Amino acid sequence: MTKHFLKVENLCKRYKSPKGEKDLTVFENVNFTIEKGEYVCIIGHSGCGKSTIINTLAGLDSPTEGVVLMDNREVAGPSLDRGMVFQNYSLLPWLSTLDNVRFGVRARWPNWSKEKITSHSREYLEMVGLKDVLNRKPSQLSGGMRQRVSIARAFATQPKLLLLDEPFGALDALTRGNIQEELIKIWSHMQQTIFMITHDVDEAILLADKILLMSNGPNAVVAESVVVDIARPRKRSEIIKDESYYHLRNYLVDFLVNRSDERPSGETEALPRSVNPISSFKKKPRPEPVVLNSSEKIEMTA
Amino acid sequence: MQSIRSRSIILSLTILFVLLGIWELANQAPASSEALTEYELLMGGADQEARVPPPSAVIKLAIKEIGNPFYDAGPNDKGIGIQLGYSLYRVLTGFILAAIIAIPVGFVIGMSPLMYNALNPFIQVLRPISPLAWMPLALFIIKDSETSAIFVIFICSIWPMLINTAFGVAGVRKDWINVARTHELGALRTAFTVVLPAAAPTILTGMRISIGIAWLVIVAAEMLVGGTGIGYYVWNEWNNLDLTSVIFSILMIGMVGMLLDLGLNAAARLVQYQE
Repeated sequence: MTKHFLKVENLCKRYKSPKGEKDLTVFENVNFTIEKGEYVCIIGHSGCGKSTIINTLAGLDSPTEGVVLMDNREVAGPSLDRGMVFQNYSLLPWLSTLDNVRFGVRARWPNWSKEKITSHSREYLEMVGLKDVLNRKPSQLSGGMRQRVSIARAFATQPKLLLLDEPFGALDALTRGNIQEELIKIWSHMQQTIFMITHDVDEAILLADKILLMSNGPNAVVAESVVVDIARPRKRSEIIKDESYYHLRNYLVDFLVNRSDERPSGETEALPRSVNPISSFKKKPRPEPVVLNSSEKIEMTA
Repeated sequence: MQSIRSRSIILSLTILFVLLGIWELANQAPASSEALTEYELLMGGADQEARVPPPSAVIKLAIKEIGNPFYDAGPNDKGIGIQLGYSLYRVLTGFILAAIIAIPVGFVIGMSPLMYNALNPFIQVLRPISPLAWMPLALFIIKDSETSAIFVIFICSIWPMLINTAFGVAGVRKDWINVARTHELGALRTAFTVVLPAAAPTILTGMRISIGIAWLVIVAAEMLVGGTGIGYYVWNEWNNLDLTSVIFSILMIGMVGMLLDLGLNAAARLVQYQE
């Protein structure tokens, strides 16, 4: 059995209901793995418990059943090994841009000198293109800039796993596109392991190695794990010219629109079915495709 | 076109002069051609009908008093500066003692729903009690009028600070607490680096309310305990039938109260932040 960097086993979250009624199960039998350096996105409709899953990975929430193992150790409580970027930025409004990043760096390396903390923080703010607004307060920044600060803070603490809870959800499309490309650039030269929630199929294809699809809640499960078989480095302007991009996109949209109410039959304790829509699409022009999983099903959606 | 600000200043001054003019004209001494008798001189020229002193007399006294605020000519005749100094000393001592107790306790109440529910009944019963109602008990237990006055200030300024601190601490955004948690900050670090700055504007508002109440209460408290202070001064001048001094000291009470409020307002601006 291979050792995974992060392993989620039989995660389940139930909320107590008033007397007489059955408990509300948000999700159950959630299993998936993340490898080191992998970029994993999770997509699903509202209410399927994505945020609860990411909060569980962060250690901010505890599951009703199941465990999360990182480096073979159980995740219990928050840790600096798992950095989190929240949707609403969660910057401390009374601190300047630089101080917000320094806050994270100081927490990570309490023994560092002031100069070292500052120069390290500056470096990461420069990386996200914010070296000119170091002394501004978050309220004086645009939404995109705030999220950049938040990303800089998370990267600066160099966590083993970076958790992004719908980081671009509140941004306009143009800003979102720019930050996505920056994120790819940073990610590609740091080999940071990332787990991210998104609602945006295009965003997931652009960024992820693997996309987890969640069925609708209550009683949601991770239905499929979709491999994004598009070569890196990816650029928004280029991948949209690729035919396989649309194939994958259609597959994902079809799942969200038509199939997200289905439940996968069979074993519940296994990992979700791994699917590679692109390689099955390329099967015809290429005589020797990579290993296929359940190719029949996929062709139906093409 | 002038700015709103300069126009409002002109309007304020106009209102001031109109009011002072009416006050001055309504309280003219009746013209008396006859020389005052010795009795009338002794009574300060008092005639049968008492009049409120006109603003000109108050201004004249104010110039004299403010020109020499710290003279001390015995227990019945001290400068306005000395009297205000005693009052300020009592207010600030009681206020600072209250802050030392109220802010940490408010923190605990705000952070722990258990402590909130346990202490809330006490706060609800003790808070509406007029601070002066404590005076007899304070005098009996403490046996010192000076300390009793400080205690009364303490007890009246503790509640707004306590309640606002608890409210501010309980209302700190969950996201910011989560930021502290994901950065593995301990309870104490979280309290000082996240909760305190987040709640500071609300705490300062409580302190501002407290100092306002304390300044209201000190006048009444000093009327009761006597001896020194601006409240005693007002009452003493009333007993002396020196209404000019009474009006002057009323104005000074207002001035000092305004300065206290401005001071805390400036402090509040330092910790204010925009979300």
